[in-house]
Amino acid sequence: MDLQHFAKQIRYYTLKELNHLGFGHYGGSLSLVETLAVLYGAEMNASPAKRTDPDRDYFVLSKGHAGPALYATLFLKGYFDEDFLYSLNQNGTNLPSHPDCNKTPGVDMTTGSLGQGISAATGIAKGNKILGKSNYTFAVVGDGELNEGQCWEAFQFAAHHQLDHLVVLIDDNKKQLDGYTSEISEPFDFVEKMTAFGFNSWRIPGNDIEAIQAAIQKAKSLSGKPVAIVLDTIKGYGVPYVAEMKDNHHIRPNAQGVQALKDAVTTLGHELGLGGNE
Amino acid sequence: MKEMEMRQVYAQTILELSRKDQRVVALEADLSSSMSTNQLKEEMKDRYINVGIMEAEQVGAAAGLAVTGFIPFIHTFAPFASRRVFDQVFISLGYAQKHAIIVGSDAGVTAEMNGGTHMPFEDVALMRAIPKNHVYDVSDPYEFKAVLEHCYQAPGLHYIRTIRKQATSLYDAQTNFSEGVITVREGTDTTIFATGIMVAEALAAAEILEEQGISVKVIDAFRVKPLNAAAVVQAAKMGPIVTAENHNVIGGLGSAVAEITAEQYPTKLARIGVKEQFGQVGKADYLMEVYQLTCQDIVDAVKRVLN
Repeated sequence: MDLQHFAKQIRYYTLKELNHLGFGHYGGSLSLVETLAVLYGAEMNASPAKRTDPDRDYFVLSKGHAGPALYATLFLKGYFDEDFLYSLNQNGTNLPSHPDCNKTPGVDMTTGSLGQGISAATGIAKGNKILGKSNYTFAVVGDGELNEGQCWEAFQFAAHHQLDHLVVLIDDNKKQLDGYTSEISEPFDFVEKMTAFGFNSWRIPGNDIEAIQAAIQKAKSLSGKPVAIVLDTIKGYGVPYVAEMKDNHHIRPNAQGVQALKDAVTTLGHELGLGGNE
Repeated sequence: MKEMEMRQVYAQTILELSRKDQRVVALEADLSSSMSTNQLKEEMKDRYINVGIMEAEQVGAAAGLAVTGFIPFIHTFAPFASRRVFDQVFISLGYAQKHAIIVGSDAGVTAEMNGGTHMPFEDVALMRAIPKNHVYDVSDPYEFKAVLEHCYQAPGLHYIRTIRKQATSLYDAQTNFSEGVITVREGTDTTIFATGIMVAEALAAAEILEEQGISVKVIDAFRVKPLNAAAVVQAAKMGPIVTAENHNVIGGLGSAVAEITAEQYPTKLARIGVKEQFGQVGKADYLMEVYQLTCQDIVDAVKRVLN
């Protein structure tokens, strides 16, 4: 699969999905697109046919507010159709802001209350280890989410149980809802912290597909410790209007913003040969 | 088994279930020595997990284990199994619809010397507020074992509160626990609904009242949610009702009974339980006097509702 193309598709449909609703978590969804492209496009053993296969790889979006990007990815993988994608947050929907394993095909665990998804991911990885399986659990946490103490409980558990088939991806997009993470609660050096917590950890350019793929392949080659890849990302990546906005966690665009977001879809659509109309 | 401490009942039942079903896992948070579950490690091996003093992770990891098909039994002291991890239980287990069993030990005043920080008078209230959660407050070793076995088989979330040590012996291996209530004494004037250690107090109160010419029915309402509404309505049709619980009167058994009678068959009702107070250190019998949980308090309440 052409992962650059797949990432562009995910970004295109994430924008269309959010634009259809008119507001939502643009910033943290867009920073994660390349990671989702690598996982679902190449590195993760997951598909609609394997939805309930216990040997599949598991994915937990602990930063659940990036659900729209995950949903665009799942749609492109064939878990559900395009109409389903545009039901995001509509009354009675099966596609809520934050992922729900009982509603949305392809979602392995309900998340959204920050810090809890990573704990569940350690339980999934531990469960598969008890069962003697060699499948992987991938969990995405946000840099802001790492404010939550529960994350650090989960990391202690993962390291103590030597969950080397758990890969934690830290979406270090430098911002949380109220502003820069460094101004709200200084995160210090995630690689040093994760290393101290007993992980194999390193930092990569987090919107660089080749770097992400190489890092995940490296993670699979390591054993004895869980892995934490710190993704150096840009919140709102790939859509200048969003990326350049200061407060881009949850966007309710004005008329000018609506046009900019439409234009972004059009541009991506042309690049993909899709037209890009709303 | 009637001589068995409740913690031994827990440990033995988990062991039995784990022998017949590889999906059973037991999670502790550094209180296994207190609950006698440290003995499980040797046999259950990696299906016994002591996470350390990390209750949030204990609940979260249990949810993840449930995702991979395991049936987690989660034990810690009741305040930590409820108020400390309320959102984790609510979201990762309840909202996510996982099959899991939470056991909170040291119910109410039986936390004794651990005092107010460790003394749960609100766990039943919190757990009742979680949609589709099942809530039990057990009184007897056979009852505890039966409830554990039921929870293992029944999908969904279950919360069981218990004391750790010796409970009053009320039942035997033939007792049928399927209705969620057990009539432990027949009577005609009024009905006492009690749970946990308060069942014995209710029986003692009934003895005293009988000598005074008052006939009291006593029901062990160990399944607080869903409470057997038919049993409550039947009692309301007979006469006034008294509830007795080792718990805050807000949100627990007394509230549950009042909710049913108020909507379905209004009757006079008095609630014995902790009223607007925190826990404190003390022997259980002393604390029962302090919080007005004694059989004499129940006797007085019965007389109030009958007047």
